[in-house]
Amino acid sequence: MVESRDGRIELQGLTKSFDSPQGPVHAVRAIDVTIGRGETVALLGPNGAGKSTTLDMLLGLTEPDGGTVSLFGMQPTAAVDAGAIGAMLQTGALIRDLSVRELVTVMASLYPNPLGVDEVIELTGIGEFAGRHTHKLSGGETQRARFAIALVSNAELLVLDEPTVAMDVEGRQAFWRAMREFAAGGKTVVFATHYLEEADSYADRVVLMAHGRIVADGPPNEIKAMVGSKTIRATLPGADLAELAQLPGVTAVDSRGEAVVLACSDSDQAIRALLARFPEARDIEITGAGLEEAFLQLTGDEADE
Amino acid sequence: MSAATYIRYELLRTFRNKRFMIFSLGFPLALYYLIAAPNRNVGDLGNSGISAPLYIMCGLAAFGTMSAMLSSGARIAGERAVGWNRQLRITPLTTRNYFRAKVLTGYALALTSLLLLYTAGATLGVSMAAGDWVQMTLLILVGLIPFAAAGILLGHLLTVDSIGPVIGGLTALLSILGGAWFPIASSGTMHDLAQLVPSYWLVQASRIAVGGQAWGATGWIVMGAWAAAMIVLAGRAYRRDTKRA
Repeated sequence: MVESRDGRIELQGLTKSFDSPQGPVHAVRAIDVTIGRGETVALLGPNGAGKSTTLDMLLGLTEPDGGTVSLFGMQPTAAVDAGAIGAMLQTGALIRDLSVRELVTVMASLYPNPLGVDEVIELTGIGEFAGRHTHKLSGGETQRARFAIALVSNAELLVLDEPTVAMDVEGRQAFWRAMREFAAGGKTVVFATHYLEEADSYADRVVLMAHGRIVADGPPNEIKAMVGSKTIRATLPGADLAELAQLPGVTAVDSRGEAVVLACSDSDQAIRALLARFPEARDIEITGAGLEEAFLQLTGDEADE
Repeated sequence: MSAATYIRYELLRTFRNKRFMIFSLGFPLALYYLIAAPNRNVGDLGNSGISAPLYIMCGLAAFGTMSAMLSSGARIAGERAVGWNRQLRITPLTTRNYFRAKVLTGYALALTSLLLLYTAGATLGVSMAAGDWVQMTLLILVGLIPFAAAGILLGHLLTVDSIGPVIGGLTALLSILGGAWFPIASSGTMHDLAQLVPSYWLVQASRIAVGGQAWGATGWIVMGAWAAAMIVLAGRAYRRDTKRA
């Protein structure tokens, strides 16, 4: 697919800090991402990685401290005004005293080229509670209604911030089915999640964030191998990090005082190579890193800056 | 992509909130009968030159419509509290149409309140020429402009928890200062003070019924100043609020 420059989403040098009683929090630190039209991209990272702040800047809800956002050649506010964005924010209840169907109808009326209300209700599988008032929905039902609101926009770009939180298994399945069907029509979808499985199953591409930085960007299987892998931790004073990084099976290296942390794609191979090359290594631990640990180890101590 | 549907549903959902409707419309009505019925034969209430049923009708209309207009602030604060304003900001709905819907809803409530009070007034013997009813109503609607802006101001300034008491207290205070519950003396400090509050001029709209000039230059100047000040402050509060969100 040949894309014009205007067919893309470009984040350049995007930076945002917040004040807190403990001093400034660097939520997003100069990230660069380009997303092509029609891509489905997962923004993966643990809580506090900067995903929501990034999406808020993408949507024009938060003013960046530095850097630029271009959505199909437009500023975020212009893209919003043009009806080019549909979004499901992380938090937010629905307004009361309207039925789900009425609320979807109102939202549809705000966009230049909406999907049909019945079509969206069907697609998102919310028919069984479409007639109910919004303040009588369960948490999962509210999420699905919010998804319907985002979808009815029929916007070029769909932004979903942790969309499946509070949904039950059945709700999640219906949700992803609808999302895929929507994306199949050539729409661009960007969703934030802290579930590796969701990113792996539903995205064409995964952008891995931690501590406000992008630590990896690639196809889901690559990212999965990276963060779904094991970690070796060993005490190894004065080790040469560059040399450690060259060991087979090692994908990333970091030091913690006298200890080193190796993120591995193949920990068996890596531990043999490590002991062969550095027999003095001691206090060795091999752990299956969860997403959170994998991020922490990939990004080191700079989080505390 | 017009805002007509949005505005229609905004009205629908406001009028569907039964508890709110009963209180905001029923309360002034109940007060009216409570105060005016025992005084229904008083032809000149507190030297105002206006009969008690008419004066109190206008006074409670001022109270009821002020509350109705300011209640849009409570709806804005409520939408901010649940994050709905953020959801709307990522739709093509313009700020102008958002506020238009809120102000129109306030006016729809105010008009409903007025009509109910007029009907109640008629049952206590208030009668005037059709033209006077219309003129009085128009004057009240114009006099509500500062309150429309004040609703938006308060909605962006206060939280959903604090706005209820503030609106209640403010309307009560303005009602007393403006002579909505009982006429202000025709001279003295209270009288001078009353002339500076917008609620006073809402009540004075009833002068039309007795052939008087309702506002005069002072009234128009005071109302104009309040409207201008409230609109500027509301705009500022809105911009500050959206920057922070």
